[in-house]
Amino acid sequence: MLEIKDLHASIEDKKILKGINLEVNPGEVHAIMGPNGSGKSTLASVIAGKEEFEIKKGSISLDGEDLEELAPEERAHNGIFMSFQYPVEIPGVSVTNFIKTAINESRKARGLEDMPANEMLKLIREKSELLEIDRKFLSRSLNEGFSGGEKKRNEIFQMAMMEPKLAILDETDSGLDIDALRIVANGVNKLRSKDNAIIVITHYQRLLEYIVPDYVHVLHDGKIVKSGSKELALELEEKGYDWLKQEAVL
Amino acid sequence: MDLKDKLLSSFLAFESNVDLDNPVHEVRSEAIKNFENKGFPSKREEAWKYTSLNNLQKIDFSIFPKQETALEYKDIKKYFIHEIDTYKIVFIDGVYSSYLSETTHDGVDVCLMSAALTKPQYRQVIDVYFNKVASKDESLTSLNTAFSKEGAYIYIPKNKMPKKPIQILHLATGNEAALLLQPRNLVIAEENAEVQVIERHQSLTGNEVLTNSVTEIFAAQDAIVDYYKVQNDVSTASLIDNTYISQKDKSVVRVHTFSFGGKLTRNNLNFYQNGERIDSTLKGVTILGEKQHVDHHTLVHHAQPNCESHQDYKGIFGEQSTGVFNGKIIVDKIAQKTNAFQQNNNVLISDRATVNTKPQLEIFADDVKCSHGCTVGQLDEEALFYLQSRGIPKKEAQALLMYAFANNVLESVRIPELKTRINTLIANKLGVNLGFDL
Repeated sequence: MLEIKDLHASIEDKKILKGINLEVNPGEVHAIMGPNGSGKSTLASVIAGKEEFEIKKGSISLDGEDLEELAPEERAHNGIFMSFQYPVEIPGVSVTNFIKTAINESRKARGLEDMPANEMLKLIREKSELLEIDRKFLSRSLNEGFSGGEKKRNEIFQMAMMEPKLAILDETDSGLDIDALRIVANGVNKLRSKDNAIIVITHYQRLLEYIVPDYVHVLHDGKIVKSGSKELALELEEKGYDWLKQEAVL
Repeated sequence: MDLKDKLLSSFLAFESNVDLDNPVHEVRSEAIKNFENKGFPSKREEAWKYTSLNNLQKIDFSIFPKQETALEYKDIKKYFIHEIDTYKIVFIDGVYSSYLSETTHDGVDVCLMSAALTKPQYRQVIDVYFNKVASKDESLTSLNTAFSKEGAYIYIPKNKMPKKPIQILHLATGNEAALLLQPRNLVIAEENAEVQVIERHQSLTGNEVLTNSVTEIFAAQDAIVDYYKVQNDVSTASLIDNTYISQKDKSVVRVHTFSFGGKLTRNNLNFYQNGERIDSTLKGVTILGEKQHVDHHTLVHHAQPNCESHQDYKGIFGEQSTGVFNGKIIVDKIAQKTNAFQQNNNVLISDRATVNTKPQLEIFADDVKCSHGCTVGQLDEEALFYLQSRGIPKKEAQALLMYAFANNVLESVRIPELKTRINTLIANKLGVNLGFDL
């Protein structure tokens, strides 16, 4: 599904990604771990199409289609979703109106009519229940005055509504208490299927106890320095990242 | 002949058509002297540093329209908030149109300035209020005062409220190649009275129009006045709006100014608090393109203790448009426990647009809360990326962010249909359909 080959990316001439290779297939969950500043969030942003990053070398493709020339919205229309580490506040636009706009824009891009209002309402009800979101919450301005946990839950609610092929969860566990973490992880797990894939970006192993990955990759200094099964995450938890940094130098 | 000379000689012609024995005429005579002394303000004056009237003065404006024109309601319906029932005071080229208007004397007076200035039954009110809060020093206000004859007259007696909001619409038909209009409005809300007014100036052609308007608003104790200015005129129409507000104890006056069009717009909005526990609200949304220019000059004078003022102006400037915000707050020594807030935020969406913003605080009391802030910036790239990553195309995403930016100014609009209309105007002005009712 997602194929990243020898990806080099920079921001303002600062090299951040230095040759990433990654293949993600339908039904798989990949965790990307690594110390701060290793390039985890950059990788997520580059896949989602953030324009500040420049691809210097290599390629990213989704189902065989090269993503480099596609705007972020076009990538979304193709089924890429990124849950933000810091979701942006949009005063005056309710969660409901926002998600309606997002869904109908994606439908428009695929040549479909707007989703009928009753269908939309039903979907919103179903998905908000999945994430234990209060209906009143949906009429509030998007992310404005939301707690950290509410913001993240709202991100996964949007993911549930948009049903992406590939979801990238960027530090979704940061700022969550254990209850919120369980709700969010539970929501994500219910969305897992044989047809979609998830990339979980996290600094800690904690989230991976709930969203169990098929593969764990360790990013260091813009490169994947180690890949393995879910046991690798436990090993990292125990030993920290330093031993890998040593290994990378060797 | 330059415009000033033309106006001075026109005053003589004007005098031949009014009752010179009316005490109001003495006020006019004093005013024309002040205008003669001062003339049009120039960029050398601090208050006019960023707004030049030079080009407007080169235009050969007609001072008195030569012919009267009739218009059909269906042709101008869209300029009204027609979704709701309202009183209407409509002027065509400065002349009252009884056909398009709906006035009332049912417990309140919603009628004409020309009647108020000449008929004996209004004499007492005119003596007390006319030209009492308007500046006698500012030259353009004096110019309006000198020619004051027609406009809206709204008088709400104690404990009364009109059955519906009032719309004042000034239309220019383009019968004259260039037309100068000088409407004069007087709004009085007596003790515990309440009134809502929507004012709009609209030119119907591409001919030049300059409107130099003066509105005096008096809010007595416990009165509530909501005044909405819809400025979405064509690019050959200019407006100098001089609004003066006098408030007494515990009154609430809110003025919202929506500036989306016109060539040159200058809003001189002056609040004078003459009592305690007064609430004054000044809000504005400005969205400009082309070479449009809007200059908001506000003054809030806190002259008594325990009062509040809230100012919030948002501006979005595209293409080669220019904006000015100058917000002056004066807190007199006696005005302790004043809460004065002022906020002016601007977004530039073009490299060639400019904004000049300046808070001006003169605080003589020592126990006050005054805050002010002004920003000029671009749309947040991170926010744009967030919306795009949800499948919303860049143009719509920009519009959504601009809408969100301007939105909180609309929260205090108390006529829902007006709010909807303003939302639509904002969406139109931003050039997109956002896909849901805002």
